[in-house]
Amino acid sequence: MTEMLRIADLRAEAGGREILKGVNLTVEEGETCVLFGPNGSGKSTLLSTIMGYSTCKVTEGQILFKGQDITGMSVDERARLGIGMMMQRPPNIFGVKLGDLVKASAKNREVIGQAANFKLGEFLDRDINVGFSGGEIKRSELLQLTAQKPEFILLDEPESGVDLESIDLIGNKVRDLLFDPASGSERHVSSLVITHTGQILDYIGADRGYVMKEGVIQRTGNPADLLRNIKQNGYGE
Amino acid sequence: MPGRDSSVKEALNKKGAYGKDIDLERYEEGSKDADQVADLESSEYRRYMENVGVVADEMARSGSLMFIDNGMSHCSPRIQEGLEVMSVSEALRKHDGLKDFMWNAMDPAKDKYTAKTYLEDGDGFFVRVKSGYHIKSPMQSCMLLKTNRTVQNVHNIIIVEDGASLEMITGCTSTRHANDSLHVGVTEMYIGDNANLTYSMVHSWGDKTNVRPRTKTVVGRNSNYVNNYILLNPVESIQSFPAADLAEGASTTYNTVCLAHAGSDIDTGGMVSLNGPGSRAEIMSRSISMGGKMCARGRLVGNSPGAKAHLECRSIILKDGGSTLAIPELEAHVADVEMTHEAAVGKIARDQIEYIMSRGLDEDQAVSMIVKGFLSGSINGLPESLQKDLDAAIEQANLGS
Ligand SMILES: Nc1ncnc2c1ncn2[C@@H]1O[C@H](COP(=O)(O)OP(=O)(O)OP(=O)(O)O)[C@@H](O)[C@H]1O
Ligand SMILES: [Mg+2]
Repeated sequence: MTEMLRIADLRAEAGGREILKGVNLTVEEGETCVLFGPNGSGKSTLLSTIMGYSTCKVTEGQILFKGQDITGMSVDERARLGIGMMMQRPPNIFGVKLGDLVKASAKNREVIGQAANFKLGEFLDRDINVGFSGGEIKRSELLQLTAQKPEFILLDEPESGVDLESIDLIGNKVRDLLFDPASGSERHVSSLVITHTGQILDYIGADRGYVMKEGVIQRTGNPADLLRNIKQNGYGE
Repeated sequence: MPGRDSSVKEALNKKGAYGKDIDLERYEEGSKDADQVADLESSEYRRYMENVGVVADEMARSGSLMFIDNGMSHCSPRIQEGLEVMSVSEALRKHDGLKDFMWNAMDPAKDKYTAKTYLEDGDGFFVRVKSGYHIKSPMQSCMLLKTNRTVQNVHNIIIVEDGASLEMITGCTSTRHANDSLHVGVTEMYIGDNANLTYSMVHSWGDKTNVRPRTKTVVGRNSNYVNNYILLNPVESIQSFPAADLAEGASTTYNTVCLAHAGSDIDTGGMVSLNGPGSRAEIMSRSISMGGKMCARGRLVGNSPGAKAHLECRSIILKDGGSTLAIPELEAHVADVEMTHEAAVGKIARDQIEYIMSRGLDEDQAVSMIVKGFLSGSINGLPESLQKDLDAAIEQANLGS
């Protein structure tokens, strides 16, 4: 197996504070990795740093994507290399319609016609994220990713705040993203998924789990074991 | 009115309340003896007109008017019951009562620009919709400045009587030979009760042109008035502060969209007096500074109970070198009013740009997408053809970072 992502001794600051304090993590090609960790431990910061958001400033270490050092690359360069991200709290963009962004970014033009499958038929003409509910934001992020077709996907709590009925929709759409429905169950797309409840794993499974605490990876292991342990014993201390 | 004449003469020295002072002596008076344009489609001015939303193919319009310098050069109302279109000078001959509307809403002694227009007896367009008539297609007018170093001082009157409605598009522009000129357009609008007027103005000038429009609208009971203003090209200076007086239950919206290019000095906005109980107003301004000077004014005056109004100025600064000033003013004279304002000036938030970049678009594309959205999504209910023009113009303007 080849490495999709390697994070080596990564330190990064946000808002003038060091949040990531020497993170080491790898995702192999075709793998789904889960990232657990208590609130405020730095999970979202790690994903934003991988995507290249300028709020997160790398001070040390490296991010390698398919062997290439992307630590200094801009967000769009990373996107064009094949990295895509579902944000936990994406910004409102007044005046820009969801449909226009989907069209502009689409490798997969048919996606526009599939908006109704994401229960977003009426949302294409709305300003991006403006007034979207929690669940609507998740579906809109997924629609955008489906258009974009990344090779490696960062998912920040895809199921949180989603009602019981919609969780099926979200779960199935994430599965479609990771497992190309056209090619049976053969795994193509790698991912790093943040979850607190593990619900999303019922749809996509996972190969490896990481637990982050206070800006470092504290434990690695079988995701189901890790989750069971967290449910029983919490994150410790 | 001899008394008035002398006070207006004095006002020739009265500087405008805002904006840099213009020396009227620099300009010759524009000719009232205009070239006649028989057919807009074959007119040599066609591309100037079309640039400001005035279409040559008049099928989609209920009529067209054109002034070149200070004279009427084209007037082609489609015969339509309830609609009257002609020059003000002709209308004065035809309607005795029109005298009472002339300089009624607008004080000719307001400043040197109104005074000059009054004293030169500026002609302009007269548009009247008779009581109860709804004019389906928009009326259009074009004010074209053709002669360099002249002043265009036109005086327009629009009357929309009780229960009537009208949509009007006015494009004002100068030819490339008339760059160093001055446009003064006085427009008085009278809207009766239960009536509607949408007045959209598109400007496009030269980088040495100075512009001082003076607009006043009187809005009758339960009537609605929409004022749209679009300026996307360089200009030397524009200062305008159109005002409306609202009667009981009346409502108005002012939408302004401006691009302040390097060297442009723009001072614009709107003022609304909520004089009648339950009247409503919204003043919205969106501007982009690309190195020019932009001042967005909004003033709401609540004079009557139940008045409700909101003011919003948003400005994006894309390039350094200019300045951006938002001046929202709320003034209330009774307790029972609800007036609010919102102003935001600055660069585009980095996280918005990066969010779009994270979908694979480069930074320039992301910025231009946000800026286009900011400008084109800003006017609700713009006539369809103008929205298309606006989108096309925004598309052409180089709005990357
Ligand atoms: N721009 C910033 N300015 C200041 N502090 C920040 C900034 N970004 C993140 N932080 C802080 O960094 C810490 C980690 O935040 P992060 O969002 O990465 O946590 P998380 O692990 O994703 O938590 P959650 O499970 O609640 O989503 C928090 O204490 C947060 O307040
Ligand atoms: Mg988080």
